[in-house]
Amino acid sequence: MSARIAIINTRAANLHSVSKALEKVGASAEVTSDPEALKNAAGVVLPGVGASDAVMRAINSQGFAGPVKKYAASGRPLLCICVGMQVLFDGSDEGEIPALGLLAGRVERFPRDLREDGKRLKVPHMGWNLVKFTPEAASDSVFSGIPQDSYFYFVHSYRCLPADPSVIAGTTRYGEDVCAAVLSGEVAGTQFHPEKSGDLGLEIYRNFVRRVG
Amino acid sequence: MLTRRVIPCLDVDAGRVVKGVSFVDLRDAGDPAELAALYDSEGADELVFLDITASSDNRDTMVDVVRRVSSEVFIPLTVGGGIRTVDDMRRMLEAGADKVGVNSAAISDPDLISRCSKEFGAQCVVLAIDAKRVINPAILNIEGELPQLAESPWQVFTHGGRRPTAVDPVKWAKLAEKLGAGEILLTSMDADGQRTGYDLQLTAAVSENVGIPVIASGGAGEMEHFYDALETGKADAVLAASLFHFGELRVSEVKSYLAERSIPVRGA
Repeated sequence: MSARIAIINTRAANLHSVSKALEKVGASAEVTSDPEALKNAAGVVLPGVGASDAVMRAINSQGFAGPVKKYAASGRPLLCICVGMQVLFDGSDEGEIPALGLLAGRVERFPRDLREDGKRLKVPHMGWNLVKFTPEAASDSVFSGIPQDSYFYFVHSYRCLPADPSVIAGTTRYGEDVCAAVLSGEVAGTQFHPEKSGDLGLEIYRNFVRRVG
Repeated sequence: MLTRRVIPCLDVDAGRVVKGVSFVDLRDAGDPAELAALYDSEGADELVFLDITASSDNRDTMVDVVRRVSSEVFIPLTVGGGIRTVDDMRRMLEAGADKVGVNSAAISDPDLISRCSKEFGAQCVVLAIDAKRVINPAILNIEGELPQLAESPWQVFTHGGRRPTAVDPVKWAKLAEKLGAGEILLTSMDADGQRTGYDLQLTAAVSENVGIPVIASGGAGEMEHFYDALETGKADAVLAASLFHFGELRVSEVKSYLAERSIPVRGA
Protein backbone atom coordinates (compact mmCIF):
# COMPACT_ATOMS: atom_id res chain seq x y z
CA MET A 1 0.00 0.00 0.00
CA SER A 2 1.36 3.39 -0.88
CA ALA A 3 1.44 6.14 1.70
CA ARG A 4 -1.55 8.44 1.72
CA ILE A 5 0.55 11.48 2.48
CA ALA A 6 3.37 12.43 0.14
CA ILE A 7 6.23 14.55 1.45
CA ILE A 8 7.89 16.25 -1.50
CA ASN A 9 11.63 15.66 -1.49
CA THR A 10 12.83 19.24 -1.50
CA ARG A 11 16.22 17.98 -0.28
CA ALA A 12 15.63 20.30 2.65
CA ALA A 13 17.15 19.68 6.02
CA ASN A 14 13.83 19.19 7.77
CA LEU A 15 12.63 16.20 5.73
CA HIS A 16 13.48 13.80 8.51
CA SER A 17 11.76 15.80 11.22
CA VAL A 18 8.63 16.31 9.11
CA SER A 19 8.42 12.55 8.44
CA LYS A 20 8.91 11.78 12.10
CA ALA A 21 6.28 14.29 13.19
CA LEU A 22 3.74 12.73 10.82
CA GLU A 23 4.72 9.29 12.04
CA LYS A 24 4.30 10.46 15.63
CA VAL A 25 0.69 11.51 14.97
CA GLY A 26 -0.02 8.16 13.36
CA ALA A 27 0.05 9.09 9.68
CA SER A 28 1.27 6.99 6.82
CA ALA A 29 3.63 9.32 5.00
CA GLU A 30 6.47 8.88 2.57
CA VAL A 31 9.13 11.16 1.16
CA THR A 32 8.83 11.10 -2.61
CA SER A 33 10.87 12.30 -5.57
CA ASP A 34 8.19 11.17 -8.00
CA PRO A 35 5.67 13.82 -9.13
CA GLU A 36 3.32 10.97 -10.12
CA ALA A 37 2.88 10.24 -6.41
CA LEU A 38 0.88 13.46 -6.07
CA LYS A 39 -1.88 12.15 -8.33
CA ASN A 40 -3.18 9.67 -5.79
CA ALA A 41 -1.98 11.32 -2.60
CA ALA A 42 -4.66 12.34 -0.14
CA GLY A 43 -2.34 14.88 1.44
CA VAL A 44 0.91 16.55 0.45
CA VAL A 45 3.57 18.27 2.56
CA LEU A 46 6.07 20.70 1.05
CA PRO A 47 8.94 21.12 3.53
CA GLY A 48 11.65 23.68 3.12
CA VAL A 49 14.63 25.07 4.97
CA GLY A 50 17.46 27.24 3.82
CA ALA A 51 17.50 29.09 0.55
CA SER A 52 14.52 29.65 -1.72
CA ASP A 53 16.49 28.82 -4.87
CA ALA A 54 17.68 25.52 -3.41
CA VAL A 55 14.09 24.47 -2.75
CA MET A 56 12.89 25.69 -6.19
CA ARG A 57 15.76 23.88 -7.88
CA ALA A 58 14.74 20.67 -6.14
CA ILE A 59 11.11 21.23 -7.15
CA ASN A 60 11.93 22.06 -10.77
CA SER A 61 14.58 19.45 -11.38
CA GLN A 62 12.27 16.67 -10.24
CA GLY A 63 9.36 18.06 -12.23
CA PHE A 64 7.17 18.96 -9.25
CA ALA A 65 6.12 22.51 -10.17
CA GLY A 66 3.21 21.60 -12.46
CA PRO A 67 1.97 18.64 -10.39
CA VAL A 68 2.03 20.68 -7.15
CA LYS A 69 -0.09 23.42 -8.74
CA LYS A 70 -2.47 20.84 -10.16
CA TYR A 71 -2.64 19.14 -6.76
CA ALA A 72 -3.37 22.44 -5.00
CA ALA A 73 -6.16 23.19 -7.45
CA SER A 74 -7.74 19.81 -6.68
CA GLY A 75 -8.69 21.02 -3.20
CA ARG A 76 -6.82 18.28 -1.34
CA PRO A 77 -4.82 19.36 1.75
CA LEU A 78 -1.38 20.83 1.14
CA LEU A 79 0.85 21.84 4.05
CA CYS A 80 3.88 24.00 3.27
CA ILE A 81 6.55 24.70 5.84
CA CYS A 82 8.98 27.61 6.19
CA VAL A 83 10.67 28.05 2.81
CA GLY A 84 8.01 25.63 1.55
CA MET A 85 5.49 28.36 2.37
CA GLN A 86 7.69 31.07 0.87
CA VAL A 87 7.86 29.32 -2.51
CA LEU A 88 4.04 29.43 -2.72
CA PHE A 89 4.49 33.10 -3.60
CA ASP A 90 5.72 34.65 -6.85
CA GLY A 91 9.35 34.91 -5.91
CA SER A 92 11.92 35.78 -3.28
CA ASP A 93 14.57 38.45 -3.01
CA GLU A 94 16.78 35.69 -1.71
CA GLY A 95 17.00 34.03 -5.09
CA GLU A 96 16.47 34.41 -8.79
CA ILE A 97 14.37 31.38 -9.66
CA PRO A 98 10.67 32.26 -9.95
CA ALA A 99 8.64 30.47 -7.30
CA LEU A 100 5.35 28.60 -7.67
CA GLY A 101 3.08 31.65 -7.76
CA LEU A 102 0.14 29.89 -6.12
CA LEU A 103 -0.26 32.96 -3.92
CA ALA A 104 0.33 36.53 -5.07
CA GLY A 105 3.12 38.40 -3.36
CA ARG A 106 6.84 38.54 -2.75
CA VAL A 107 9.28 37.31 -0.15
CA GLU A 108 11.73 39.87 1.15
CA ARG A 109 14.46 40.03 3.74
CA PHE A 110 13.75 41.64 7.09
CA PRO A 111 14.84 45.30 6.97
CA ARG A 112 18.45 45.90 8.04
CA ASP A 113 17.51 48.19 10.88
CA LEU A 114 14.67 46.22 12.40
CA ARG A 115 13.72 47.54 15.83
CA GLU A 116 11.34 46.77 18.68
CA ASP A 117 11.02 49.22 21.57
CA GLY A 118 14.07 51.03 20.27
CA LYS A 119 16.19 47.88 20.43
CA ARG A 120 17.83 46.58 17.29
CA LEU A 121 16.60 43.11 16.42
CA LYS A 122 18.80 40.32 15.15
CA VAL A 123 18.27 38.46 11.92
CA PRO A 124 17.59 35.51 11.55
CA HIS A 125 14.41 35.77 13.58
CA MET A 126 15.35 32.70 15.58
CA GLY A 127 13.45 31.19 18.47
CA TRP A 128 9.98 30.86 19.96
CA ASN A 129 7.48 33.59 19.21
CA LEU A 130 3.76 34.12 19.77
CA VAL A 131 1.34 33.53 16.92
CA LYS A 132 -2.09 35.09 16.63
CA PHE A 133 -4.39 33.22 14.28
CA THR A 134 -7.31 34.83 12.47
CA PRO A 135 -10.82 33.73 13.57
CA GLU A 136 -11.29 32.03 10.18
CA ALA A 137 -8.09 30.03 10.56
CA ALA A 138 -8.91 29.10 14.13
CA SER A 139 -12.40 27.87 13.25
CA ASP A 140 -11.84 25.39 10.45
CA SER A 141 -8.32 24.64 9.21
CA VAL A 142 -5.11 22.90 10.17
CA PHE A 143 -4.85 25.64 12.81
CA SER A 144 -8.14 24.75 14.54
CA GLY A 145 -7.97 24.35 18.26
CA ILE A 146 -4.58 26.02 18.63
CA PRO A 147 -4.92 28.50 21.52
CA GLN A 148 -4.42 32.15 20.60
CA ASP A 149 -0.96 33.46 21.44
CA SER A 150 0.75 30.12 21.34
CA TYR A 151 4.51 29.82 20.95
CA PHE A 152 6.01 28.35 17.81
CA TYR A 153 9.61 27.95 16.71
CA PHE A 154 10.79 30.30 13.96
CA VAL A 155 14.05 30.53 12.12
CA HIS A 156 14.10 32.74 9.03
CA SER A 157 15.67 35.87 7.59
CA TYR A 158 13.08 36.43 4.84
CA ARG A 159 9.37 36.90 5.29
CA CYS A 160 6.29 36.66 3.05
CA LEU A 161 4.50 39.82 1.94
CA PRO A 162 1.18 38.56 0.53
CA ALA A 163 -0.46 40.85 -2.04
CA ASP A 164 -3.83 39.72 -0.76
CA PRO A 165 -3.92 40.12 3.04
CA SER A 166 -6.89 37.76 3.28
CA VAL A 167 -4.55 34.76 2.83
CA ILE A 168 -2.78 35.62 6.11
CA ALA A 169 -3.95 33.07 8.67
CA GLY A 170 -1.67 34.10 11.51
CA THR A 171 0.86 36.75 12.45
CA THR A 172 3.73 37.13 14.83
CA ARG A 173 5.53 40.24 16.00
CA TYR A 174 9.16 40.90 15.17
CA GLY A 175 9.71 44.60 14.73
CA GLU A 176 6.64 44.49 12.51
CA ASP A 177 3.65 42.22 12.01
CA VAL A 178 5.11 39.19 10.29
CA CYS A 179 3.10 36.72 8.24
CA ALA A 180 3.39 33.52 10.31
CA ALA A 181 0.81 31.38 8.51
CA VAL A 182 -1.21 31.44 5.31
CA LEU A 183 -4.40 29.75 4.27
CA SER A 184 -6.15 29.60 0.92
CA GLY A 185 -8.72 26.85 0.70
CA GLU A 186 -6.87 23.66 1.65
CA VAL A 187 -3.48 25.20 0.95
CA ALA A 188 -1.89 25.99 4.32
CA GLY A 189 1.55 27.32 5.08
CA THR A 190 3.55 28.07 8.19
CA GLN A 191 6.62 30.26 8.45
CA PHE A 192 7.40 28.55 11.76
CA HIS A 193 8.35 24.89 12.10
CA PRO A 194 5.48 22.87 13.55
CA GLU A 195 7.77 19.81 13.61
CA LYS A 196 10.05 21.75 15.99
CA SER A 197 7.37 23.41 18.09
CA GLY A 198 6.64 20.70 20.62
CA ASP A 199 3.11 19.46 21.32
CA LEU A 200 1.28 22.37 19.69
CA GLY A 201 3.28 21.89 16.54
CA LEU A 202 2.33 18.22 16.49
CA GLU A 203 -1.29 19.33 16.91
CA ILE A 204 -1.06 21.10 13.54
CA TYR A 205 0.17 17.86 11.95
CA ARG A 206 -2.67 16.01 13.68
CA ASN A 207 -5.17 18.50 12.24
CA PHE A 208 -3.60 18.10 8.83
CA VAL A 209 -3.85 14.31 9.00
CA ARG A 210 -7.51 14.64 10.06
CA ARG A 211 -8.25 16.82 7.05
CA VAL A 212 -6.53 14.32 4.80
CA GLY A 213 -9.14 11.90 6.14
CA MET B 1 7.58 39.01 21.15
CA LEU B 2 10.52 36.74 20.56
CA THR B 3 11.48 34.94 23.74
CA ARG B 4 14.97 34.33 25.09
CA ARG B 5 15.99 30.71 24.99
CA VAL B 6 17.19 28.38 27.75
CA ILE B 7 19.25 25.54 26.32
CA PRO B 8 20.59 22.46 28.10
CA CYS B 9 23.77 21.05 26.60
CA LEU B 10 24.53 17.34 26.58
CA ASP B 11 28.01 15.94 26.08
CA VAL B 12 27.91 12.66 24.24
CA ASP B 13 30.72 10.11 24.18
CA ALA B 14 30.28 6.97 22.11
CA GLY B 15 26.52 7.37 22.09
CA ARG B 16 26.06 8.01 25.80
CA VAL B 17 25.52 11.22 27.72
CA VAL B 18 28.48 11.77 30.01
CA LYS B 19 29.31 14.10 32.90
CA GLY B 20 27.38 13.23 36.01
CA VAL B 21 23.78 13.03 35.05
CA SER B 22 21.78 12.35 38.18
CA PHE B 23 18.09 12.68 37.51
CA VAL B 24 16.03 10.49 39.75
CA ASP B 25 13.19 10.15 37.29
CA LEU B 26 15.20 8.62 34.52
CA ARG B 27 15.53 4.91 34.01
CA ASP B 28 18.82 5.38 32.25
CA ALA B 29 20.57 8.68 32.88
CA GLY B 30 23.06 8.05 30.11
CA ASP B 31 20.52 7.68 27.35
CA PRO B 32 20.46 10.81 25.15
CA ALA B 33 16.88 10.31 23.95
CA GLU B 34 15.53 9.86 27.44
CA LEU B 35 17.33 12.89 28.81
CA ALA B 36 16.27 14.94 25.78
CA ALA B 37 12.63 14.02 26.39
CA LEU B 38 12.94 15.04 30.03
CA TYR B 39 14.41 18.43 29.18
CA ASP B 40 11.71 18.91 26.57
CA SER B 41 9.02 18.21 29.17
CA GLU B 42 10.61 20.79 31.47
CA GLY B 43 10.36 23.48 28.82
CA ALA B 44 13.82 23.48 27.24
CA ASP B 45 13.68 25.70 24.15
CA GLU B 46 16.33 23.79 22.26
CA LEU B 47 18.95 21.16 22.92
CA VAL B 48 22.63 21.15 22.10
CA PHE B 49 24.46 17.85 21.68
CA LEU B 50 28.20 17.99 21.76
CA ASP B 51 30.04 14.99 20.41
CA ILE B 52 33.14 14.65 22.55
CA THR B 53 34.08 11.26 21.14
CA ALA B 54 37.77 11.31 20.55
CA SER B 55 37.97 8.85 17.69
CA SER B 56 36.31 9.43 14.36
CA ASP B 57 35.20 5.77 14.28
CA ASN B 58 32.40 6.77 16.56
CA ARG B 59 30.94 9.44 14.31
CA ASP B 60 28.33 6.98 13.10
CA THR B 61 27.24 6.52 16.69
CA MET B 62 26.51 10.25 16.92
CA VAL B 63 24.44 10.10 13.76
CA ASP B 64 22.38 7.34 15.38
CA VAL B 65 21.95 9.42 18.53
CA VAL B 66 20.68 12.38 16.51
CA ARG B 67 18.33 10.16 14.54
CA ARG B 68 16.90 8.61 17.69
CA VAL B 69 16.49 11.89 19.56
CA SER B 70 14.89 13.70 16.62
CA SER B 71 12.36 10.90 16.22
CA GLU B 72 11.15 11.40 19.76
CA VAL B 73 11.71 15.02 20.64
CA PHE B 74 10.18 17.79 18.56
CA ILE B 75 12.20 20.84 19.52
CA PRO B 76 15.28 22.21 17.73
CA LEU B 77 18.50 20.24 18.02
CA THR B 78 21.99 21.59 17.49
CA VAL B 79 24.84 19.14 17.07
CA GLY B 80 28.51 19.99 17.31
CA GLY B 81 31.88 18.34 17.68
CA GLY B 82 34.19 17.07 14.98
CA ILE B 83 32.40 18.68 12.05
CA ARG B 84 34.99 19.26 9.33
CA THR B 85 33.24 19.19 5.97
CA VAL B 86 30.00 20.05 4.20
CA ASP B 87 29.29 16.31 4.12
CA ASP B 88 29.77 15.99 7.89
CA MET B 89 27.15 18.67 8.27
CA ARG B 90 24.84 17.06 5.73
CA ARG B 91 24.91 13.75 7.61
CA MET B 92 23.88 15.44 10.85
CA LEU B 93 21.10 17.44 9.18
CA GLU B 94 19.79 14.36 7.40
CA ALA B 95 19.77 12.51 10.69
CA GLY B 96 17.48 15.20 12.11
CA ALA B 97 19.68 17.98 13.47
CA ASP B 98 18.39 21.47 12.80
CA LYS B 99 21.65 23.29 13.29
CA VAL B 100 25.22 22.13 13.22
CA GLY B 101 28.11 23.72 15.06
CA VAL B 102 31.57 24.17 13.59
CA ASN B 103 34.59 25.17 15.64
CA SER B 104 38.20 24.10 15.06
CA ALA B 105 37.76 23.26 11.38
CA ALA B 106 36.39 26.74 10.68
CA ILE B 107 39.45 28.38 12.21
CA SER B 108 41.81 26.59 9.83
CA ASP B 109 39.35 26.88 6.94
CA PRO B 110 36.95 29.85 7.44
CA ASP B 111 35.44 29.26 4.01
CA LEU B 112 33.86 26.09 5.45
CA ILE B 113 31.28 28.44 6.96
CA SER B 114 30.35 29.89 3.56
CA ARG B 115 30.23 26.51 1.88
CA CYS B 116 27.90 25.11 4.55
CA SER B 117 25.81 28.26 4.55
CA LYS B 118 25.37 28.20 0.77
CA GLU B 119 24.46 24.56 0.84
CA PHE B 120 22.02 24.51 3.76
CA GLY B 121 21.25 28.12 4.63
CA ALA B 122 22.70 30.36 7.33
CA GLN B 123 20.11 29.20 9.87
CA CYS B 124 21.77 25.75 9.98
CA VAL B 125 25.28 27.01 10.63
CA VAL B 126 26.36 27.71 14.19
CA LEU B 127 29.87 28.94 14.85
CA ALA B 128 31.11 27.68 18.20
CA ILE B 129 33.78 29.87 19.76
CA ASP B 130 35.81 28.88 22.81
CA ALA B 131 37.48 31.99 24.18
CA LYS B 132 39.76 32.77 27.07
CA ARG B 133 41.14 35.92 28.59
CA VAL B 134 44.69 36.64 27.53
CA ILE B 135 46.89 36.84 30.59
CA ASN B 136 50.27 37.19 29.02
CA PRO B 137 50.48 36.47 25.31
CA ALA B 138 54.22 36.10 25.53
CA ILE B 139 54.04 32.94 27.61
CA LEU B 140 51.44 31.27 25.43
CA ASN B 141 53.91 30.12 22.82
CA ILE B 142 51.60 30.79 19.92
CA GLU B 143 52.88 30.31 16.43
CA GLY B 144 52.46 33.08 13.93
CA GLU B 145 51.75 36.72 14.42
CA LEU B 146 49.67 38.14 17.18
CA PRO B 147 48.38 41.42 15.83
CA GLN B 148 44.87 40.95 17.12
CA LEU B 149 45.89 39.85 20.56
CA ALA B 150 47.53 43.14 21.25
CA GLU B 151 44.12 44.76 21.01
CA SER B 152 41.88 42.08 22.41
CA PRO B 153 41.46 40.91 25.98
CA TRP B 154 40.43 37.47 24.69
CA GLN B 155 41.75 34.84 22.34
CA VAL B 156 40.12 31.90 20.62
CA PHE B 157 41.15 28.33 21.45
CA THR B 158 40.43 25.27 19.31
CA HIS B 159 40.50 21.49 19.70
CA GLY B 160 38.39 21.40 22.81
CA GLY B 161 40.28 24.30 24.35
CA ARG B 162 43.67 22.68 24.03
CA ARG B 163 45.11 24.76 21.23
CA PRO B 164 45.55 28.54 21.44
CA THR B 165 45.17 30.70 18.34
CA ALA B 166 45.95 34.32 17.59
CA VAL B 167 42.32 35.00 16.79
CA ASP B 168 40.20 37.59 18.55
CA PRO B 169 36.71 36.19 19.31
CA VAL B 170 34.86 39.42 18.54
CA LYS B 171 36.48 39.82 15.13
CA TRP B 172 36.07 36.13 14.45
CA ALA B 173 32.34 36.32 15.22
CA LYS B 174 31.93 39.29 12.89
CA LEU B 175 33.80 37.53 10.11
CA ALA B 176 31.74 34.37 10.61
CA GLU B 177 28.54 36.38 10.30
CA LYS B 178 29.77 37.81 7.02
CA LEU B 179 30.70 34.32 5.82
CA GLY B 180 27.19 33.08 6.52
CA ALA B 181 26.96 31.77 10.07
CA GLY B 182 23.45 32.07 11.50
CA GLU B 183 24.28 31.92 15.19
CA ILE B 184 27.22 32.07 17.59
CA LEU B 185 27.68 29.64 20.47
CA LEU B 186 30.12 31.45 22.71
CA THR B 187 31.86 29.64 25.54
CA SER B 188 34.08 31.37 28.06
CA MET B 189 36.78 28.92 29.04
CA ASP B 190 37.60 30.99 32.10
CA ALA B 191 34.06 30.80 33.41
CA ASP B 192 33.31 27.26 32.28
CA GLY B 193 32.86 24.93 35.25
CA GLN B 194 33.46 27.73 37.78
CA ARG B 195 29.79 28.39 38.49
CA THR B 196 30.52 32.01 39.22
CA GLY B 197 28.53 33.35 36.29
CA TYR B 198 28.99 33.84 32.57
CA ASP B 199 31.74 36.13 31.25
CA LEU B 200 29.41 39.08 30.76
CA GLN B 201 32.00 41.32 29.16
CA LEU B 202 32.93 38.75 26.56
CA THR B 203 29.28 37.91 25.87
CA ALA B 204 28.28 41.55 25.47
CA ALA B 205 31.32 42.33 23.33
CA VAL B 206 30.41 39.59 20.86
CA SER B 207 26.65 40.04 20.98
CA GLU B 208 26.75 43.79 20.43
CA ASN B 209 29.07 43.42 17.48
CA VAL B 210 27.08 40.92 15.45
CA GLY B 211 23.58 40.96 13.97
CA ILE B 212 23.01 37.24 14.53
CA PRO B 213 21.90 35.54 17.77
CA VAL B 214 24.48 34.68 20.42
CA ILE B 215 24.18 31.81 22.89
CA ALA B 216 26.11 32.43 26.11
CA SER B 217 27.85 29.37 27.54
CA GLY B 218 30.08 28.59 30.50
CA GLY B 219 29.81 29.60 34.13
CA ALA B 220 26.16 29.24 35.13
CA GLY B 221 25.90 28.46 38.83
CA GLU B 222 22.69 30.08 39.96
CA MET B 223 19.55 31.58 38.52
CA GLU B 224 20.78 35.13 38.59
CA HIS B 225 23.61 34.20 36.25
CA PHE B 226 21.12 33.40 33.48
CA TYR B 227 19.46 36.77 34.00
CA ASP B 228 22.79 38.58 33.93
CA ALA B 229 23.88 36.89 30.70
CA LEU B 230 20.65 37.92 28.99
CA GLU B 231 20.43 41.41 30.46
CA THR B 232 24.02 42.60 30.94
CA GLY B 233 25.61 40.16 28.50
CA LYS B 234 22.95 40.89 25.86
CA ALA B 235 22.80 37.20 24.96
CA ASP B 236 19.88 35.87 22.95
CA ALA B 237 20.03 32.48 24.62
CA VAL B 238 21.69 30.90 27.64
CA LEU B 239 23.21 27.44 27.77
CA ALA B 240 24.13 25.27 30.72
CA ALA B 241 25.18 21.67 31.15
CA SER B 242 26.15 20.28 34.53
CA LEU B 243 23.81 22.56 36.47
CA PHE B 244 20.86 20.92 34.75
CA HIS B 245 22.38 17.43 34.61
CA PHE B 246 22.94 17.29 38.34
CA GLY B 247 19.36 18.40 38.84
CA GLU B 248 20.51 21.37 40.91
CA LEU B 249 18.34 23.63 38.85
CA ARG B 250 15.45 22.68 36.64
CA VAL B 251 14.94 24.33 33.27
CA SER B 252 11.41 25.20 34.39
CA GLU B 253 12.72 26.94 37.53
CA VAL B 254 15.14 29.04 35.54
CA LYS B 255 12.39 30.07 33.15
CA SER B 256 9.99 31.00 35.94
CA TYR B 257 12.71 33.06 37.56
CA LEU B 258 13.48 34.87 34.30
CA ALA B 259 9.78 35.52 33.70
CA GLU B 260 9.48 37.06 37.18
CA ARG B 261 12.30 39.40 36.27
CA SER B 262 10.49 40.42 33.07
CA ILE B 263 12.60 38.47 30.62
CA PRO B 264 10.31 37.09 27.91
CA VAL B 265 10.46 33.29 28.00
CA ARG B 266 8.23 30.58 26.61
CA GLY B 267 5.84 28.72 28.86
CA ALA B 268 6.85 30.00 32.30
